[in-house]
Amino acid sequence: MASAFEYAPAPESRSVVDIAPSYGLFIDGEFTEAADGKVFKTVSPSSEEVLSEVARAGAADVDRAVKAARKAFEKWSALPGSERAKYLFRIARIIQERSRELAVLETLDNGKPIKETRDADLPLVAAHFFYYAGWADKLDHAGYGANPRPLGVAGQVIPWNFPLLMLAWKIAPALATGNTVVLKPAETTPLSALFFADICRQAGLPKGVVNILTGYGDAGEALVTHPDVDKVAFTGSTAVGKAIARSVAGTDKKVTLELGGKGANIVFDDAPIDQAVEGIVTGIFFNQGQVCCAGSRLLVQESVQDEVLDALKRRLSTLRLGDPLDKNTDIGAINSAEQLARITALVETGEAEGAERWSAPCELPSSGYWFAPTLFTNVTQAHTVARDEIFGPVLSVLSFRTPDEAVAKANNSQYGLSAGIWTEKGSRILAVANKLRAGVVWANTFNKFDPTSPFGGYKESGFGREGGRHGLEAYLDV
Amino acid sequence: MPTTAPAFSDATASDSALRRFLFGLPGVDAVGLEARAASLGTRSIKTTAKAYAIDLAISMIDLTTLEGADTPGKVRALAAKAVNPDPTDRTTPRTAAVCVYPDMAATAAAALAGSGVKVASVATAFPAGRAALDVKLADVRDAVAAGADEIDMVIDRGAFLSGRFLKVYEEIVAVKAECGAARLKVIFETGELSTYDNIRRASWIGMLAGADFIKTSTGKVATNATPANTLLMLEAVRDFRAQTGTQIGVKPAGGIRTTKDAVKFLVLVNETAGEDWLDPHWFRFGASSLLNDLLMQRQKLSTGRYSGPDYVTVD
Repeated sequence: MASAFEYAPAPESRSVVDIAPSYGLFIDGEFTEAADGKVFKTVSPSSEEVLSEVARAGAADVDRAVKAARKAFEKWSALPGSERAKYLFRIARIIQERSRELAVLETLDNGKPIKETRDADLPLVAAHFFYYAGWADKLDHAGYGANPRPLGVAGQVIPWNFPLLMLAWKIAPALATGNTVVLKPAETTPLSALFFADICRQAGLPKGVVNILTGYGDAGEALVTHPDVDKVAFTGSTAVGKAIARSVAGTDKKVTLELGGKGANIVFDDAPIDQAVEGIVTGIFFNQGQVCCAGSRLLVQESVQDEVLDALKRRLSTLRLGDPLDKNTDIGAINSAEQLARITALVETGEAEGAERWSAPCELPSSGYWFAPTLFTNVTQAHTVARDEIFGPVLSVLSFRTPDEAVAKANNSQYGLSAGIWTEKGSRILAVANKLRAGVVWANTFNKFDPTSPFGGYKESGFGREGGRHGLEAYLDV
Repeated sequence: MPTTAPAFSDATASDSALRRFLFGLPGVDAVGLEARAASLGTRSIKTTAKAYAIDLAISMIDLTTLEGADTPGKVRALAAKAVNPDPTDRTTPRTAAVCVYPDMAATAAAALAGSGVKVASVATAFPAGRAALDVKLADVRDAVAAGADEIDMVIDRGAFLSGRFLKVYEEIVAVKAECGAARLKVIFETGELSTYDNIRRASWIGMLAGADFIKTSTGKVATNATPANTLLMLEAVRDFRAQTGTQIGVKPAGGIRTTKDAVKFLVLVNETAGEDWLDPHWFRFGASSLLNDLLMQRQKLSTGRYSGPDYVTVD
């Protein structure tokens, strides 16, 4: 796209982060090799360059980590809340101090643009620790009676789409309430969790309170099924979530699951159109659409459909796809070859089923995993692309005629994680929001996050809430 | 009479028709608009892109003096600066125009003759616009007769805020008729219109009435050009061209003092209206102190060091 005003490359410096050639598991305050010595490589999805080699945890390592967490639990849970708060505040401040380094690291390992890690991920990570640090000495006032007790050892498995942010969502409330944790980051994005382990040491966190096990699904399975784990927290796919629910059935483990979504973004004819277009873009192209609460279904009132689609296509043509470390990049790389293959297959299904595909005219880099921002029109509720979670930069556009039809279509999904409403009419926002079966409903905005706000799903999007006062409950024996 | 685009000829048929049209425009969500403007403000414009933006910004300046204390000497000095902004570097582009009060237009015209730098004159009882229509039109005639190439008029904010939209429209049409060959910039005084919905409505009144440029503000009130109100006006001219084929310029004025600010505005232009507006014919900065900051940054880019305010001329 040649333009008179060609932005020169503006790459963030890679030298602010020092990635070691290899990393061990973080167990009981020490980095150690896996018991069986296994390792795996983590690559940068934008270039396929190997960033580091990390230990691959197995069942023996899981057992060692759970034992360390169990041992640490007694003292940690006995600390006054105000003392636990000090550690959390310290961690939050160190994250802020090291945020540029962590942002670059996350962008390298995940593939998302530096603009997002710098302006969204890292500020939210620090905010989450600050927020739950504030709760640590106020649990008596959380609404669960006096002196609510922690559960014990939390086994936490997180996804690759917001590696450090999902870690914060899991670890901050667990520690604030007096639990100890064993956390397994996703195999494609292990590095920021390992840097977080270093931050725990820097903050002087007692040994064993936080344990990080890098590895694959087998390690995750060993963790959630470990008999001495009291609490299981998982964010990821609905298929794995169901397997976890089955595995913990019949045990006394407390479980929260944050799973998939197929969020409806509903644009009424009295919407602020220009801002709605921005919200549609944020809704589905933030983090390349690899967001569980993405607004992947656009429901637009038929009377403004052409106007909205024209504006949307024009806007998508201005998105800048490329080097994620460039500060002007809007769209980064897809996280893995596997995810790219899944997106590609679903888009091919969409075309085969007769939906009309339009992709933004942008050149894709020759190495790495890339997918151009894409939208489908002529989509009905029966199309696969309107029902299945694609978890990529692909928007399905459907139309509706009346508010009732909009609500019916929005709710007609196996998922129920997020929804958006665009209208200048306040009463309509309230009326529609009340009828939507979704955990989060945004009005005239989308993909806005805040640690004070609970987040979670209806139906196959999972159960339990993370964030806010509600997020404490999952880690308390109440 | 200017020809209103056929698509909208009904809109200005009566006060009630115009009102219905303006209230039928999509609303503006203030939070979303400001977030978009802020997000474009994070673009990182470096090296070659910065050099391009600085030269473009200089060539888009309406170098302005609008003071009670203006004298022919002051105006001539400003004109000299517009023609030759950086005496140490003759490759520096000239500014687009010099903007003065009508009684200084002749002085400016004489000083700028043959330079290619336009003479812009405010008119219509600038900045308040509180005068009878005859007086405003006489003001415009005066400025045009004195050699103004461009007229910067103010709308009747009192009429706008009391809902008399057709009066606002008709006044612009009347002023346009007096402009002859001069291009008309219509100033809304966005700080007084206060809401973004009002700014969008005013933009459409101006465009329908035949404005060649729509302009944020006079520089005489507390809130002048902001990234958000300029973004909104860029959306308006973009939409107007898409629907009528007629391209209209945009001029943010007041409060833009640094190169960093100016570059952010150019990013707004580039990513909202598009590159067709990246031209002094279609985008201007109403500014005075901005020029010296641009010149200092330009020197920094070419020499690799900051020279400081003693190395640019003060006029």
